[in-house]
Amino acid sequence: MTTITKTPGTTAPSAGRAPEPKRDLKIATGLSHVALVAWAVITAGPLLWVLLASFKSNTEIFLGKPFALPNEFSFSTYVNAWSDAHIGRYFINSVFVVLISTAGTMLLGSMAAYVLARYKFPGNRAIYYLFVSGLAFPTFMALAPLFYILKGMGLLGSFTGLILVYIAYSLPFTIFFLAAFFKSLPYEIEEAATVDGASHTRKFFQIMMPMARSGLVSITIFNIVGQWNQYLLPVVIMSGPGADRKLLLTQGIAQISVSAGYQAEWSTLFAALVLTILPMIIVYAIFQRQIQAGLTAGAVK
Amino acid sequence: MRHGKYPFIIGFLVVPVALYAVFVVWAYIQAFYLSVYEWSGLGPVENFVGLGNFRKMWDDTTFWQSIKHNVFLLVFLPIITVVLALIFAFLLNVGGGHKGGVIRGVWGSKVYRIIFFFPQLLALAIVAVIFGRVFGPDKSGMINGLLPESWSPWLFLADERYAMGCILVVLVWQAVGFYVVLFSAGMGNIPTEVYEAAAIDGASRVTLFFKITIPLLWNTVQVAWVYLGIAAFDAFALVNIMTVDRGGPDGATSVLSLMIYRNAFEFSQAGYASALGVVLFFLTLTFAWVTLSATRRESVEA
Repeated sequence: MTTITKTPGTTAPSAGRAPEPKRDLKIATGLSHVALVAWAVITAGPLLWVLLASFKSNTEIFLGKPFALPNEFSFSTYVNAWSDAHIGRYFINSVFVVLISTAGTMLLGSMAAYVLARYKFPGNRAIYYLFVSGLAFPTFMALAPLFYILKGMGLLGSFTGLILVYIAYSLPFTIFFLAAFFKSLPYEIEEAATVDGASHTRKFFQIMMPMARSGLVSITIFNIVGQWNQYLLPVVIMSGPGADRKLLLTQGIAQISVSAGYQAEWSTLFAALVLTILPMIIVYAIFQRQIQAGLTAGAVK
Repeated sequence: MRHGKYPFIIGFLVVPVALYAVFVVWAYIQAFYLSVYEWSGLGPVENFVGLGNFRKMWDDTTFWQSIKHNVFLLVFLPIITVVLALIFAFLLNVGGGHKGGVIRGVWGSKVYRIIFFFPQLLALAIVAVIFGRVFGPDKSGMINGLLPESWSPWLFLADERYAMGCILVVLVWQAVGFYVVLFSAGMGNIPTEVYEAAAIDGASRVTLFFKITIPLLWNTVQVAWVYLGIAAFDAFALVNIMTVDRGGPDGATSVLSLMIYRNAFEFSQAGYASALGVVLFFLTLTFAWVTLSATRRESVEA
């Protein structure tokens, strides 16, 4: 990476000198591209390698030459991954859980955020700070107690338990973000609706929600990606008898990876990885602008 | 006009507050409570040990080893990621130089941004599985497969000296693209006139980078630093999935998060796990506080 830091150094920094000569500029731009292409290769390389390896037999994988094309494009590894390694089931489990928990997070989160942002009542600030303080605590700290709370409620190893926990742990950031958003919306339209006799609930669903659309989209994407990628909570919660049918994708892949390791049989694992990553690439290709905006929304403040 | 305000407020708050209270607030309160008990996780909680768990930690070599590894990540993950991301973001946004007095990014900057960002979308667990194979200790591993035929394979994760370095590499690999996009957004908010004026004065790109970009982006860099530090305290998925013997070889990749998990669910030490959690909490808070106060500057407005 030293190359890049030095690139612009072809022209020494000193005040009041003439703009860089054209030739130096070209060299600098060229070196910029070298650095950027290098990082693009480092980023995409492992993913491309996984794709190539997914078509190879186990013997071929052990030959080395990681970026050689496979002898033949065999899809049998995919059949194995889908049916024997249960990727299909894990995938559906993940979609089901994330669909419901994100919908729940958004509904409950925006309701709470709206009330906390725009209504004055005793205890408002206390409740708001209770939610926001959740951002300061590491989930690891709650791990053991959370396990026993769920066990006590008979929710261990159930989708219901997992979904409720996903929602609960997504609320702090969702409320923090949306409360600020609701606060920034103008009051005039809402007042006009009040004069027209609209109920509080109607104002929320028919006026405020549509007005907050851009914020809601960002935070929805943020929650979908965050919950889809969860690994720690499913590992803790989806345990116990009967849970092996209810594993989520992240858990499932990790488990396939362990059993593949015992047998040094990698081809199925690579196919499973491709089946996991490919949908992400497709979704990303369609919504990359919204996804980038949604995921960075929290940090930009 | 005001009628029905309280029923409405209560109706909207009751479910979220209840869920949050049961699964989050109560769990954290219990974590503090359990941290002063010796409790296996089964039966009643009755063996009060006061600060016993913390004293045990003090004498626990695995604990100090884990702290050492977390500190290693805490130092290197933010600095490497932020420096790389700042450089790439700068090249993408300003690196094209000025043509006809207009500052531009390099050609194709959109495509680079899309590729760089993608790893952020992958679960750390998936990334861990991929890199477990990239670092495979024989010819089936990507890197060893690329090495010349005659070389003996590198062990990577199976070598205690390099295992932690491998973890760091993977975390950086995943994080850089996100911060490139984040910093790019920040740079986009810097008015181009600022750059153009400086460029007309003959400022080189190095000068632009240090005298304009960095000061105007300082708040974003601060936020990035805190986020990356918090990520350095996690790394659970990587260590649990990717490393030899989970945290090995011989404890060479043990981190606090893994210790908490294993004590709670494998070693029947729920009390000790909670005490470790309390320590993790105070470490995270201290880190965030130190970072924010140490990097405070007069804020510069664009």
